[in-house]
Amino acid sequence: MISLAGRDILHSWGKFVFTGIGLGLLIGVTLVMAGVYRGMVDDGKALLDNSGADLWVVQKDTLGPYAEPSSLNDDAYRAILSMPGVAQAANVTYLNMQVRKGDRDVRTMVVGIAPGSLGVTPGWPPYLVAGRQITRAHYEAVADIASGFKLGDRLAIRRNHYTVVGLTRRMVSSSGDPMVFIPLKDAQEAQFLKDNDAIWQSRRRSEANPAFNRPAVPGLLDAVIASQSTNAFVNGVLVTLKPGHAPEEVAESIRRWRRLTVYTRVQMEDILISKLIATSARQIGMFLAILAVVSATIVAFIIYSLTMDKIREIAVLKLIGTRNRTIAGMIMQQALALGVIGFVVGKITATFSAPIFPKYVLLTPMDSIVGFFAVLVICVLASLVAIRMALKVDPAEAIG
Amino acid sequence: MSSRKGIRIEGLSKRYGQGDTAVFALKDVNMQVAPGEVVGLIGPSGSGKSTLLKCLGAVIDPTAGRMVLDDEVIYDEGWKVRDLSALRRDKIGFVFQAPYLIPFLDATDNVALLSMLAGVPNAEARAKALELLTALDVQHRAHAMPSALSGGEQQRVSIARGLVNRPPVILADEPTAPLDSVRAMAVIRILNDMAKRFEAAIIVVTHDEKIIPTFKRIYHIRDGVTHEELGEGRGFD
Repeated sequence: MISLAGRDILHSWGKFVFTGIGLGLLIGVTLVMAGVYRGMVDDGKALLDNSGADLWVVQKDTLGPYAEPSSLNDDAYRAILSMPGVAQAANVTYLNMQVRKGDRDVRTMVVGIAPGSLGVTPGWPPYLVAGRQITRAHYEAVADIASGFKLGDRLAIRRNHYTVVGLTRRMVSSSGDPMVFIPLKDAQEAQFLKDNDAIWQSRRRSEANPAFNRPAVPGLLDAVIASQSTNAFVNGVLVTLKPGHAPEEVAESIRRWRRLTVYTRVQMEDILISKLIATSARQIGMFLAILAVVSATIVAFIIYSLTMDKIREIAVLKLIGTRNRTIAGMIMQQALALGVIGFVVGKITATFSAPIFPKYVLLTPMDSIVGFFAVLVICVLASLVAIRMALKVDPAEAIG
Repeated sequence: MSSRKGIRIEGLSKRYGQGDTAVFALKDVNMQVAPGEVVGLIGPSGSGKSTLLKCLGAVIDPTAGRMVLDDEVIYDEGWKVRDLSALRRDKIGFVFQAPYLIPFLDATDNVALLSMLAGVPNAEARAKALELLTALDVQHRAHAMPSALSGGEQQRVSIARGLVNRPPVILADEPTAPLDSVRAMAVIRILNDMAKRFEAAIIVVTHDEKIIPTFKRIYHIRDGVTHEELGEGRGFD
């Protein structure tokens, strides 16, 4: 038996191909939307992977340092280092800000890393694609390549200038902003650095405060001003464990004895995925649902129109003895063919357009497989209206 | 000795509606067409020609009567055949006023489709189709799409389609209406030749004055009632 659907498609291939391209672009957008969500999840995981930590110690009762502000004294890490099972503990700061280079600026996550060495101190960028790690105590930076900075570039963070000495890749925040690593002390200063006028106003207020400016206590005012102009806080402490120690066990110990909040890798992943990007995920889910409905409507309309164009032929086919299932099969095969053409076009479109998007778009094979079968199901459902209409055609219409 | 018996219709009626609003489109129609015979069915518009054709074509249900095809009772106060699609496919050939060829199949496949639907392998069905196209002198257009065929060629392909499963009866609905007299006579000649060659009983519904004299027997139908008369039957013996 010849394929009636195949012959019809070959006969009016232009109509099918152009409709398939239109549908394909819609499917491409759907795949990219799914890829954006996967990219956000992957960015979150990359952030955790790149920190090199087993535990995140943050301000008590906060979801910090990525999902909520968190502030710890910068000497808290010393006590954590002494806890059983802790191999390394290092302060870290995170600050989302615009970093300037010349007359342009880039949205980045500035990470303050503690002095130490690669592979030992958590928080350091684990690998570089060019240049070297930070070796000086101040004014050197390692930037993610997505920021657009190059080796030797001078970038400005607040009032200080930094030289890019190393470049790294896939070091991004959970929202996809490229990271710029700078020394911890510089980052602490950057977090609280005020302009000259604000500093002067602050000093004036302290001088005017009789509690700080006591004639009988010389040196008190200077000590207060000194404490006001330095920042002794960090956003969190990254902890690595000694072999053989369970993360939850060590975390519980720190929670109990240091009265801090501690997250394991699993908990931190949960915070990033189910809390930080949950709204975005729901938003994308809504878009996917709308796009699925729009795709189904388009396929249904196209198949309905193509079937309407063939009403007389369908009446003739029924009159000369073609079974209903053959006619239904023809219509369904055409809908599926349209879906396959659309999916191929959509997959190609998504693959080639993904790198152009400013945010990371991760197209996974599993999403493509699920998408392919979803398209087929949508096409089958969309063809039901046309099939119902074709089955209602009276063969007597061919006689007149 | 042929096993073909043609078609016999006894007391066929078709009523639309019920009670006071009932309209009889066919009233006690009797008709018999032998294998190899071509008969005319003529009558004015609204006389019941199309209704009779639809009943014979198993497209609508008669209200009463009996239809016998090749000694097989296919209708006797109800259909005796379970699969009417298969009945139409295997036992009844159709030739329409317009050829109504499937636009996405070439001439050969338009003809072969019916055999393929009946389960004949593609190659065999195409060979049968080509044989018929040759018999109808249109084999040179075997691979042309319907849109590339002339009106006469399309009608010949349509006739070939009606014959491909060697049905005992062929129903031709105004097959010459769109054709000039030369082509109309050619189509009637072909139908006569094919009726003899394939021992098919052919019923031609028409009010084309040009071809009426070619029938040996004619059924006149008016207000759902038929009566038979002998035609001039000239020209094809």
